[in-house]
Amino acid sequence: MRSSTALLRRFGRALTYGLAVLVSLWVIVPIYLIGVAAFSEQLAVYTYPRPFFPSPFSTETMEFFLRSSGVLASARSSVIVALITLVLSTLIGAPAGYAIARFVFRGRDSFRLLVVSTRAFPIVILSIPLAVTFIRWDMYDSAYSLALMHTALALPFTILITSSVFASVPRDLEEAAMTLGCNQFEAFLRIALPLALPGLAAATLFTFVLSWNEVFAAVILTVRNRTLPALVLTVLDESPLPYRFAGGFFMLAPSLVFMLFIRKYLFNLWGRVTK
Amino acid sequence: MSTRRWQLITPYLLLLPSVVFLLVFFAYPMVAAFALAFRAEDGGWTLKHFQTMIRDVAFAPAFRTTILLILIIVPVQFTLALIMALLVQAKLKFSGLFLYIYAIPLGISELAAGIVWFALFTERGYLNTLLTGLGLLDKPFIFLSYQNTGWLLFAVVLAEAWRATSIVMVILVAGLQSIPHEFLEAADVFGATLWDKVWRVILPLLRPSLQVALILRTILAFQVFAVAIAVAGRGITLLAAEAYRWYDSYRNPSVAASFAVLIMLLSIISTVLYLWGLRTPEEQSL
Repeated sequence: MRSSTALLRRFGRALTYGLAVLVSLWVIVPIYLIGVAAFSEQLAVYTYPRPFFPSPFSTETMEFFLRSSGVLASARSSVIVALITLVLSTLIGAPAGYAIARFVFRGRDSFRLLVVSTRAFPIVILSIPLAVTFIRWDMYDSAYSLALMHTALALPFTILITSSVFASVPRDLEEAAMTLGCNQFEAFLRIALPLALPGLAAATLFTFVLSWNEVFAAVILTVRNRTLPALVLTVLDESPLPYRFAGGFFMLAPSLVFMLFIRKYLFNLWGRVTK
Repeated sequence: MSTRRWQLITPYLLLLPSVVFLLVFFAYPMVAAFALAFRAEDGGWTLKHFQTMIRDVAFAPAFRTTILLILIIVPVQFTLALIMALLVQAKLKFSGLFLYIYAIPLGISELAAGIVWFALFTERGYLNTLLTGLGLLDKPFIFLSYQNTGWLLFAVVLAEAWRATSIVMVILVAGLQSIPHEFLEAADVFGATLWDKVWRVILPLLRPSLQVALILRTILAFQVFAVAIAVAGRGITLLAAEAYRWYDSYRNPSVAASFAVLIMLLSIISTVLYLWGLRTPEEQSL
C-alpha cells in the first residue's frame, strides 16, 4: 500500500516535469526556428523541406536585413526613443513610487487607483489625438514626441515597480541613519537608493523593452524617423521572406537577455497591483 | 518652513510630476479623441464620422473578428497560464529556468510574435515540413491564404496565445504566492485531489488576480493589430488595424478616432462585466 502511493507520487512528479518541459518547448521551439531562419543562407528560406538546423550556419540573411534601407537608422532611433523613455519615466515615476512606499498621506490610495486605471486606456485612443496635436505643434515625427508617448505608457509600470522596490528596502535602516544625523534626503540617498538600485535597474530595463516593442504609437507618430517595429510593419507587405525572418529575430532577441534580469521583479510588480 | 510642514507636503511634491504627466498624456488625449470623433469641420457635434466607420465594408468583419478572437483567446490563455503558474510554483528543480523560459514572451513584441508564427505557417514553412515529414500531408498545405479565414484566425490565435500568456502567468503566480500554505496543506490532509484543490481552493482564492488579469488581457486584446498584419496581411482585419488604416492610408483622423472611441467603450464594457461577473458574493466576504 505504502509503496504503491510512493510509486504513484513519483509517477505524478515525473508527469509534472514532463509537462513543464513540454510547456517550455512550446515557448522555445518557435524562437529556435525563427533563429534558424535568420541564421541560414537567404536561399534556404525557399527550400523545401525546410531544414530544422542552419545548414550551413550563415549570417548572410541577418546582414541582408541590417543593410536594407532604413534598418540601421530605425534601429538607432528605436534605441534613442527607448533611452529617452527610460530616463524620463524613471525621473518622473520613481519619486512617486518612493512616495507611495514610504509616506502615509491622504489620497495615496486614490493615486494608486489612478495609476492602475490608466492601463484601461487603449493606446489607440492616446496615439491618434496626440498625432493630430503633435502635427499642430510641429512636434510630429520626432524621437522626442514618441518618447513622451512611450513615457506615458511606461509611467504606470515604473511607479508600481519602483514603489514595490522601495517598499522592500527595510525602513529601519533609513530611520537608523536619520537618528545618526542624516536628514531624510541624505538617508534616502545613502541608504534606500543604493539598496534599491538592482530593482530600479530592472524597472528601467522593463521600460526599455516596453518602448523597444511598441508598434501602434510608433507607426502613428512617425513618418520618416520610424522606429524599427514601425519600419518593419510598414514594409512587411513588400519585403522578401529573409527580411521578415531576420527582422523578427532581431526584434525579439533583446527579450531573451532582458528577461534574465527582470524575471525576479515581475512578481513584485503584479503582487502589488492585485492588492 | 518647519520640518513638520515639509514632512506633510513632501509626498505630494514627489507625486506632482507623475500626476501632471498622466493628466497631460491620458486625460487630454482622451478628451481630444472624443472631440475628433464627434466634432464636424464647422465645430458642431456630429455622428458623421461614426456613421462612416459603421458603414465601412471592413467594419463588420473587423468587429466580428476582434470579438471572436477575444472569446477564443481568453479561455485558452487562462488555462495555459494557470498550468504554467502551477508548474512554476510546484517546487521543481530548475524552476528558475522554467520561470525564465515562460517569461520570455513577455518581452516579445506583437509584431515579432506575428512574424515568428508566420514563419511556422508559411507554405514552405516549418509546420508543413513537419507534417509532410510525418507523412500526414503529401504536399505542403497553404494555411495562410485569403480564402482560408479559419486558418488565418487559428494562426493569429496561436501567435497571441504564445506571446501574451506570460503576462497572465506572472499575475497568477503573484496571486498564488499570496495563498497561505496552510490552506493547501489542509486540503491535502483531507485527501483532496489536484483537481479539487484547483477548483475549490486555488481558483476561489485567486479571484482578485484573475479579475486583474482578465481585465488587462481583454483590454490589451482589443488593441491587437500587428500580429494580424504579420500573420495574415489583409486576410483578416481587427478594430485596431482599421483605426491604423483610417489614420495612415485614408488620412482620416476623425474616423480613426471613432474606432479608438469604440475600442475604449468596448474595453470599459468588458471591464465592468468582469467586475460584476467576478464580484465577491457577500456570504464569502464574511
